Amino acid sequence: MQKYLKWSVMLVLVVALISLVPMGCAQETVIEEGDTYKVGAVFDLTGPTSNLGVPEKNTVDMMVDQINDAGGINGHPLEVIVWDTEGDNDKCALMATRLIEQDEVIAIIGPTRSGTSLHILDTVTTADIPLVSCAASIKIVTPVGERYWIFKTPQTDKEAITEIYTYLQSANVSNIALITDTSGFGVAGRDILIADAADYGLTVVDDQTFDNDDTSMQSQLAHIGGTDAEAVVCWSTDKESAIVALDMQTLHMGIPLYCSHGIANMAFITAAGDAANGVIFPAGKLLIVDDLPADDPQKDVLMQYRQDYEALYGEGTMSTFGGHAYDALSMVVIALAGLDEGITLSDARTAVRDGIEQITYFVGISGIFTMSPTDHLGMEPGSLAMIEIVDGEWTWLK
Amino acid sequence: MSADQFVQYLVSGLTMGSIYALIGLGFTIIYAVTRIINFAQGEFVMLGGMLSFYLISAAGIPLAPALILSVLIAAAIGAIMYIFAIRTARRASVVSLIIITIGAAIFIRGIAGVGWGVEHVRPPYFTGSESISLLGAYIHPQALWIIGTTLVVVVLLHLFLSYTMVGKALKACAISPVAAGMVGINPRAMALIAFALAAAIGGIGGVVMAPSISMDFNDGFKLGLMGFVAASIGGFKSPIATVIGGLTLGIVVSLAVGVDWGPFTSAYKDAIAMMVLLLILIIRSGRLSAEERES
Repeated sequence: MQKYLKWSVMLVLVVALISLVPMGCAQETVIEEGDTYKVGAVFDLTGPTSNLGVPEKNTVDMMVDQINDAGGINGHPLEVIVWDTEGDNDKCALMATRLIEQDEVIAIIGPTRSGTSLHILDTVTTADIPLVSCAASIKIVTPVGERYWIFKTPQTDKEAITEIYTYLQSANVSNIALITDTSGFGVAGRDILIADAADYGLTVVDDQTFDNDDTSMQSQLAHIGGTDAEAVVCWSTDKESAIVALDMQTLHMGIPLYCSHGIANMAFITAAGDAANGVIFPAGKLLIVDDLPADDPQKDVLMQYRQDYEALYGEGTMSTFGGHAYDALSMVVIALAGLDEGITLSDARTAVRDGIEQITYFVGISGIFTMSPTDHLGMEPGSLAMIEIVDGEWTWLK
Repeated sequence: MSADQFVQYLVSGLTMGSIYALIGLGFTIIYAVTRIINFAQGEFVMLGGMLSFYLISAAGIPLAPALILSVLIAAAIGAIMYIFAIRTARRASVVSLIIITIGAAIFIRGIAGVGWGVEHVRPPYFTGSESISLLGAYIHPQALWIIGTTLVVVVLLHLFLSYTMVGKALKACAISPVAAGMVGINPRAMALIAFALAAAIGGIGGVVMAPSISMDFNDGFKLGLMGFVAASIGGFKSPIATVIGGLTLGIVVSLAVGVDWGPFTSAYKDAIAMMVLLLILIIRSGRLSAEERES
């Protein structure tokens, strides 16, 4: 009997302890005057798309220093906690959960890729925390009814393809060959390329794919060489696109290569060398900022960003991918600036979400944004420029 | 498919196959001597390619010495990896040692990523970029370097294993480590040589292929996998079998892209290649077991 009593006392104590734990947590964090505003970020800092994630982190680091040097946001210092997704969906979800539960951030920016972004939609939606994605796919923010907490900053695949197809149509091209990779980005691009071709009077005469691990695309290109294609459209990231450009040069294909906005960095030109010349692709105006007319509303922002970024990280290092993070963090900061003092974390998250949705005419790196309850990208048309690489330099095809 | 296209598929396949073969050779050498499948083999290839770029562009060393230096550094890293990671755990089972090689690969990749950053780099071509016309197909000069290097490496390796004392000792270890030990061959010294040699060949592969495929710190794993497949087709038996395995793989993949089999587009190239490979493995394992029954 004595023994049972001892055990039951223990049991009661344990139950009491367990029930105390959530009670302790239920006392929600309140953000007082002068407290640090914490924002989370999940980027691909390692893994196959690390060349996109690293400029994003660099941009965020730079902006945090600038904001804090200028006195923070209404007296609140800004801290951005950046975690590496390693390009992995599960790792990304894990880090997002950590940001929400443990780091207690007010909003999250990133992830870098469409795949990882789509993977964590549920995680952030159920946690009631705003997410501003830095990835391309339109599915991230549509249907907007289910994407209450989700925003994104980069141009979509669809817009990029519209630019290319409009250009091809004006160049009187009718037969095109596709060569796309088998990653999420390549597959999504291929679907739109095939679906939209007829609208611009284009016929897809060959449809080749390659894996991101492939070291040569010559066989696919030799196959395209056997068709009457007048242009090749490649949908992939910079590294593989560079191999396509090099192999086309090796095979003396003699037809132009059009690429995705995924090659908008110097790494493509460095990797493809001579073969980069003549390659045409759509990209944000950052790459051709020097050619923009002085009255372009984005000109000043773009010049400032390039100057600040390259002063810190070296000449020729800026890319449009860092710009996606610039836009994402800027919008979060705009919303943070409208926060009341002494509100709880969950109220702050809701207020920041509402704040982002009310942003009107924010001039960013990728474009000019006006968010609304029906549009969580909110980018004005005309944000992309068609660019040709001439003598290793980006040249605007006006 | 025109005749010109067919030649082009063969040429591209041979180039790809040579890359697979060069990587596969390292797997074969280490497996033969130690029974370890070295999953860090791809990292030596990555190191060779990355080192050659940084020695040429950052340190300004001329091409030839830079290439030799890259290969030597890769070989040294292979030897260091053996001494510190494999030999210190020599009582562990072969499976544990294989897992250690995976750890070493992650370690090397991590250091390379931190040291060199994430951008991919492309060292200069050895001899120009103007492709050469050949029977209606085009071949890049660098592809000739890749194919040529593979042939030279496999011939030299064959001569080394057949006609030098050290080579014969390596071969003896491969046949029976116990018997080799009895006649005074030190298996641990042989394992060290095998690791250094495999790393050197990986490094050679890296320096010749990097100008064609460009390289980043993360490429070691995928390149290693390609070499592993080539070595498996060759049965991990001899350098020549590995090279034949690699070339077969390259040509099959290339033709799988080129041949139009109704709905089978290039998306199925890997599936077709894997089917052919499975067929080869099944036929060979059947023949092997027949040989075993006879003996």
